[in-house]
Amino acid sequence: MNKLNILKPDLSNLYFYIYTGLFFITVSIIDVFLYSFFNINITSFLPSTLSFILPLILGLIGLHFIRIEFTGIKNLDLLNKNINTTNFNAILTLLVIFIIIKSIPPIMSWFILDANIAGDSKEACTGTGACWTYIKIWLRRFVYGMYPNAEQWRINLSFISLLALGSVGYFATEKFKKYLTLYYVIIYPFIAFLFIFFFISGGPVFFEFSYGIIAFAISIIVGFFIPKKFKAWYFLLVPIILYISLKYFLFYEETIDLGKLDGFNWVETGAWGGLSLTFIVSFFCLIFCFPVGMFLALGRRSELPTVRYISIGFIEFWRGVPLITVLFMSSVMFPMFLPEDFFMDKLVRVIIAISLFEAAYVAEVIRGGLQALPRGQYDAAKSLGMGYWKMHILVILPQALKLVIPGIANTFLALIKDTPLIFVVGLLELVGMLNLAKTNPEWLGFAMEGYVFAAIIFWIICYAMSKYSYNLEIKYKTER
Amino acid sequence: MNFKLKKIIPQLITLFFVILIFGFFTFNAQINMENRGIEFGFGFLSQESSFDVQFSLIDYDGSHSYARAYLVGLLNTLLVAFIGIVIATILGVIVGIARLSPNYLIERSAAWYVEFFRNIPLLLQIFFWYFAALRALPLPQDADSIMGVFYLTIKGLYTPSFVWENLDIFIYSVIAVLISITVIRIYARKLQEKEGKQLPVFSISIALFIILPLLTFLIGGVSLNFQVPVLKQLSTTGFIYEGGLRLPPELIALTLALSLYTATFIAECVRAGIQGISKGQKEAAASIGLTPNQILKLVIMPQALRIIIPPTTNQYLNLTKNSSLAAAIAYPDLVLVFAGTALMQTGRAIEIVSITMLTYLSISLSISVLMNWYNKSIAIKEK
Repeated sequence: MNKLNILKPDLSNLYFYIYTGLFFITVSIIDVFLYSFFNINITSFLPSTLSFILPLILGLIGLHFIRIEFTGIKNLDLLNKNINTTNFNAILTLLVIFIIIKSIPPIMSWFILDANIAGDSKEACTGTGACWTYIKIWLRRFVYGMYPNAEQWRINLSFISLLALGSVGYFATEKFKKYLTLYYVIIYPFIAFLFIFFFISGGPVFFEFSYGIIAFAISIIVGFFIPKKFKAWYFLLVPIILYISLKYFLFYEETIDLGKLDGFNWVETGAWGGLSLTFIVSFFCLIFCFPVGMFLALGRRSELPTVRYISIGFIEFWRGVPLITVLFMSSVMFPMFLPEDFFMDKLVRVIIAISLFEAAYVAEVIRGGLQALPRGQYDAAKSLGMGYWKMHILVILPQALKLVIPGIANTFLALIKDTPLIFVVGLLELVGMLNLAKTNPEWLGFAMEGYVFAAIIFWIICYAMSKYSYNLEIKYKTER
Repeated sequence: MNFKLKKIIPQLITLFFVILIFGFFTFNAQINMENRGIEFGFGFLSQESSFDVQFSLIDYDGSHSYARAYLVGLLNTLLVAFIGIVIATILGVIVGIARLSPNYLIERSAAWYVEFFRNIPLLLQIFFWYFAALRALPLPQDADSIMGVFYLTIKGLYTPSFVWENLDIFIYSVIAVLISITVIRIYARKLQEKEGKQLPVFSISIALFIILPLLTFLIGGVSLNFQVPVLKQLSTTGFIYEGGLRLPPELIALTLALSLYTATFIAECVRAGIQGISKGQKEAAASIGLTPNQILKLVIMPQALRIIIPPTTNQYLNLTKNSSLAAAIAYPDLVLVFAGTALMQTGRAIEIVSITMLTYLSISLSISVLMNWYNKSIAIKEK
């Protein structure tokens, strides 16, 4: 046996150091473990301060002993390299381990061991832990809001069909792939609109949209016979004129018996709520804010000064104010700006407000992508004789959008996290429902359970989305 | 000719539509206001407000004007934003550096902290702290003191308050210290450029910061006393702390949530900034014989800050704008006091909402102008 120098462990007495070090570490961890899990303090004979920091000291000595470089033992070298490089690191490591051990028992007991889920009233919750009964009883309200129980299949059906229609992109064959953009940008949102308003809202609202559909269908059919030169103007003007003339001059609502046609009870938007409303709001805002943001980004980089300054002003205005004031504006100030007899639903106003707000952020993200493209791309497209729109749609935007996938995903995440704010106008989505349930006199005192439940749901949604965007980023990454 | 026309027509069309929309809105607003008998104007600002605000930094009660109420709200907003920014920066820098730690456990815990707090809506976090966590605190009479002077109760955090004498002399001394430090820095830089000598500027500044204010205590007649909060019984069950300073629970919940949430974003900015510096920079600096401290101070940090600061200011702006969520837990900030209570009382939606929005807009724009100027001054100067 070589001479021992306790302050400087070396290779010559390797096994002595390893065994003593491991012994010290084990003792310190067992001490903390016993104290936190079984409330047994094996060092109770010591003064309380010393007893408290003793595991830290023991662990530090142990880690100091095993900090020997190039031992040739694979696990030990890995350990030293990763968590035990210096004394300072060793202290941090020990603190993290101790905090984890300390926090497991209370968390476990609150979540599972002392929690209740049986029964269907407040009396069933006798333990000191969480009362999951509360969540179980209120789950329907948390998901569907005040939507009538008997009609909730409508929400389910709409979401399932929209999900199915949305996944079309995965199954499309090569032949149809080129129509996918058209499908997702125009047709799918339109179908979603119909679903939300016809199925979820129900009632005579359908008539409003049936005018729209008729106008749309007629103008498309007639559109085939219009010379190509006038097509753009035709599609800009005719559907709107048709819609207005149908609505105000034909009165076909009165010629058809209303009672026969609206098979669904009308559920006003005030009764919508819960998680489904979160999805509806974020879905629509997501669909609307993207094209608006794209036009704003193009406008900001336009060569035409008027267009550019208007875009800059618009973007900077929305980016400079908090969302809550925008919602205030939509609820108290916006109605003043509309004709008196014109009524716009609260939910529609909120969706417009959030979409415009997020569009400004999307615009800035897309502008970043446009700026990152080398000038050569523009020059090459122009030299092929492409015009402004052709160049942007075929050459610039596909590349720019690919570059900004992470930024866009972040904006959408922010959008989802912002939806709870609609409580200011009185729409109660998940967080709003929680606050409502919290004040129910029969279920007082379960705020914690509700917030933890909502936090878990939001966390799963947002985390999944961020991981998905990360995968997309990798998938579309092109070397330049 | 044709070319010119091609440029002018789209502009005219855009302008026409924008003017059309604005004209439509103003026209309707005029009719609506006429019907309701309201006249557009800011005269109401000088009227008596006749509502109370729970927490204000300046003297305020119902007899003051609406303009004063606006000021109270604005100051409260700025207070939350300031505290939040300080805490978020400290926490964010620590977590951001921890994310780069060679220690696996530290790196993982920092990563989990970021992933956890970033993916939960801020409003939910504010509600959690206010309605769930802080409601679990003890009543004033049951509260244990922290270090004998702080009391964390359900009614807020009671801290000792400072009682100053001759505060002005103390402030003058601090200003003097700041000026002398600036002078010393300029002198040190000149000395280094001319003769290559280096002054220990940092140690000198620290020493100055301690010595000069201390001198004012010893000979300047400045004195500082603490007023410790003392429990007082109001009725059989009602207890309250007197003396000292009370931070209301709304303020605590709001700053906690805001800083924990924003710190995750700042941490990512810091991490990206430090990672953005190529390894070669560090090695090059070491190869010309700089010490590790000098490497960090003279080579890494100036470059990393260039990457870190723009997104971080963005986060500061976000925090300031997010502080408007205060309205949800009844912390009297600008939105609650002005766009909430004052709007309900006067019914002047257009004026009040536009004042509120313009306030936030001017805060944002002034900070971003400042940032652009700073960005230009530290950007790489290519020759």
